[in-house]
Amino acid sequence: MTDKTMTADEVVSRLASGMTLGIGGWGSRRKPMSLVRALLRTDITDLTLVSYGGPDVGMLVAAGRVRRLVAPFVTLDSIPLEPHYRAARERGAFELTEVDEGMFMWGLRAAANRLPFLPVRAGIGSDVMRVNPGLRTVTSPYEDGETFVAMPALRLDAALVHVNRADRLGNGQYLGPDPYFDDLFCEAADTAYVSCERIVDTAELTKEAPPQSLLVKRLHVTGVVEAPGGAHFTSCAPDHGRDEDFQRLYATTPWAEFSERFLSGDEADYRSAVRTWQEEQG
Amino acid sequence: MTDVRWTEVSRSEYCVIACAEAWRGAGEILASPMGPIPSVGARLARLTFAPDLLLTDGEAMIVRPDGTPEGWLPYRQHLALVSGGRRHVMMGASQIDRYGNQNISCVGDWARPKRQLLGVRGAPINTLNNPTSYWIPRHSRRVFVEKVDMVCGVGYDRVAEHPGTARFHRIPRVVSDLGVFDFATPDRSMRLASLHPGVTVEQVREATGFELTIPDEVAPTREPTPEELRLIREVIDPADIRRREVAT
Repeated sequence: MTDKTMTADEVVSRLASGMTLGIGGWGSRRKPMSLVRALLRTDITDLTLVSYGGPDVGMLVAAGRVRRLVAPFVTLDSIPLEPHYRAARERGAFELTEVDEGMFMWGLRAAANRLPFLPVRAGIGSDVMRVNPGLRTVTSPYEDGETFVAMPALRLDAALVHVNRADRLGNGQYLGPDPYFDDLFCEAADTAYVSCERIVDTAELTKEAPPQSLLVKRLHVTGVVEAPGGAHFTSCAPDHGRDEDFQRLYATTPWAEFSERFLSGDEADYRSAVRTWQEEQG
Repeated sequence: MTDVRWTEVSRSEYCVIACAEAWRGAGEILASPMGPIPSVGARLARLTFAPDLLLTDGEAMIVRPDGTPEGWLPYRQHLALVSGGRRHVMMGASQIDRYGNQNISCVGDWARPKRQLLGVRGAPINTLNNPTSYWIPRHSRRVFVEKVDMVCGVGYDRVAEHPGTARFHRIPRVVSDLGVFDFATPDRSMRLASLHPGVTVEQVREATGFELTIPDEVAPTREPTPEELRLIREVIDPADIRRREVAT
């Protein structure tokens, strides 16, 4: 059995400029932020990001690492509009493939099922068709003859997700209320990297949690990173909620200043910088 | 129990009633309200005239009005439920036009927006699959526009070009802080259906950036019953969150 544990820096050493990366979670919820921070420490750029976007997108577009974004939204949830994303979009810093939430899911499902596309009743009549002139439609071959959008597969070079627990083999477990689409991201990707709050023995995964909490299967996983607080400042229920105070700081601080103070060192430096800031707040 | 019958009904409470009415007769479907006043409205409907409604907690649970979970609805299942059509969503709109085309994506040219907003979210799939109503807390010419900058939610004119795809499309109502609007006109363009008490037709016309159909007789938005007022004020929204959205 292969021990797949590695560090965040080892994960990003396997990524390269120009890749298509899928990032799990949803909005400002269970985002693999420690992997995103590790990515920001590299020179990797020219990325295509595929994400139900939150601060993962905000940070990577602010840092100029993104050539194209595929997303139905970018939000911080409790702060509806992601300020760094907005600024980057308004200065035309990257290309956008804007699709509907359902189309996005069908794209991941198509990739996971090795299909070139899946039909979806969404997009037609909307300007999603205008801003994505490459989108094609498909007509039902049955009596109804309905026309659907043929949502192309969102195949990923790599997926990055964060879960509550994992074992060393890559079996990933979520303990919060929503799996989001993290298993789909892993299945849609050639390689998948799972960070987790805590690595535990395989037997411990189902000691107190039901088997259906085992979201990600090891055959889809390339690397496992133990990253306590790895989703910070996004939520990772039930281990921790969203750090609203810190998120507010992120949203109101100019990117260069935020990046200088919190992202110039490694993950341990990040945590210590966050602690220092929290102490300053009293 | 306070006797609430003699205190004045606020505009925010008429808005709650107007939103709640969207789910009258809806049966056993999911109510998906977005924003405080539609949320209070959905719970009011569930507690009174639409007892079979399902409510979400905005996360992964289906809950009773008191918050007790009665089901699981993570995003992936929610999206499947949308396609199945057993849902009536009330969304927000940064812009809406006379045919009900809605925009929450960006203001200005999409390629280089003047103001980037949320993104299309689920508006395209919502409008093609289940009834979609809209809630607009500040009725103005900036929101009620001649033409939206990016069609996210699909309106009646756009959908008419795709009759085969459009079989489940329906926009039952638009509720604003001034009144209730529907599309009960021959060309399915927006019509003033009721005015909240204290609002004039002129006020609505002034705040709308396109020509509305205005019937000769416009009914007032109905009064809440004393029991509905009690539920709003004492059970559903004792913290008066509704007033933060509509101040009067």
